[in-house]
Amino acid sequence: MSIRHHLSDALLMAYAAGNLPEAFSLVVATHVSMCDSCRAQMAAFEVVGGAVLEDAGWEGNAVAMADGALESLIARLGVPDTAKPLAKRGDFPAPLQDYIGGGLAEVKWRSLGMGVKQAILPTAKGATARLLYIPAGQAVPDHGHRGTELTLVLRGAFRDAADRFGPGDVEVANENLQHTPVAEAGDACICLAATDAPLRFSALIPRLLQPLFRI
Amino acid sequence: MLLDLALHAPMYGSMPPPMRVVLRGMGNTVIKIVTETDFTALMIAVRDRQDKAAFAALFQHFAPRVKGFLMKSGTDAALAEDCAQDVMAVLWQKAALYDPVRASVATWVFTIARNRRIDVARKARRPEPEALDWGSDIEPDQADIYEAGQETARLVAAMRDLPEKQRVLIQRAFYADLSHSEIAAETGLPLGTIKSRIRLALDRLRQNLS
Repeated sequence: MSIRHHLSDALLMAYAAGNLPEAFSLVVATHVSMCDSCRAQMAAFEVVGGAVLEDAGWEGNAVAMADGALESLIARLGVPDTAKPLAKRGDFPAPLQDYIGGGLAEVKWRSLGMGVKQAILPTAKGATARLLYIPAGQAVPDHGHRGTELTLVLRGAFRDAADRFGPGDVEVANENLQHTPVAEAGDACICLAATDAPLRFSALIPRLLQPLFRI
Repeated sequence: MLLDLALHAPMYGSMPPPMRVVLRGMGNTVIKIVTETDFTALMIAVRDRQDKAAFAALFQHFAPRVKGFLMKSGTDAALAEDCAQDVMAVLWQKAALYDPVRASVATWVFTIARNRRIDVARKARRPEPEALDWGSDIEPDQADIYEAGQETARLVAAMRDLPEKQRVLIQRAFYADLSHSEIAAETGLPLGTIKSRIRLALDRLRQNLS
């Protein structure tokens, strides 16, 4: 898999800092599962987090623990866990499988018409995550965004005005991008998308349906 | 804090000059030889031997930092105290997951504290990338372990050289004081070398897996 479109440093740093809405974190965790380059960059930002924590001692920001804190903790230490997490194998990377509760067969699709389907994944408020299924050659209605939209390709590929996006590629769209993603001929395109604001559709009909489908 | 007097001596190669660190109030007095760069060795002692004296030394150093870090993130003192205890309990409980090739102890403690903050503050889940089993069949490279251990110290030094304004922005990003759209990822820190080291380790891992 050769990934050409990566996450921005700002997103990787925000994820490393624990500072992203859950839906965005899901896209980042899924992309990082597929992309060693972004995994390394994310880990580098975690080292910065470690340095900020370590440096707290220098600036007098370390705060003494209560008397006896160590002793009471040591008294209640149990037997450590020995099991390491097994790398799970499935249709999708492990973090996404967790949110679906399984693989492709477990996705609870809802039709958006024209063969396009979506499944909203349960995440905390602030941003929404969804799986999108776009039949080969089909377009997702022309739309813009008020906030940020991350679209990660899981299977197949799509094209829009910006470029071609294949498996593992992620498109970071902001309010300046008005786009019509079209799935390539061949296989259906399955994407994981997250938005922190409702999409803005250009055509009337999808706009009327928007509240209904929470798109 | 005795550990703050620790020496900057390399932990591999020749033994550093011994230094007595007395951990009080634990029944029998425990004497450990500790240097600042020994955190990796202490963590390995916790992981491999459930060494409580090593755990105590890590607690003395990191728990006040985690507490301060969480208070800077807007947590009140009482909750920060509880969370710092929880973070150190996780460090003990999940010690088997500690991999010195991947991260210094400071980095690992940071990730535990960050996840605890997300649990408490947002009541949200944190999706984690797919776990990679770096360790099991591959003998860890001592040079990689040493490098990972040194990276934190180097970044701390580099951060102190940054202009005040920039350093504060980096800190605020990690205290979760900035929204993701406000984060300027241009840190001015030498992260390229860290990324390269991790990337090389990942490439080696992939070769070993295939």
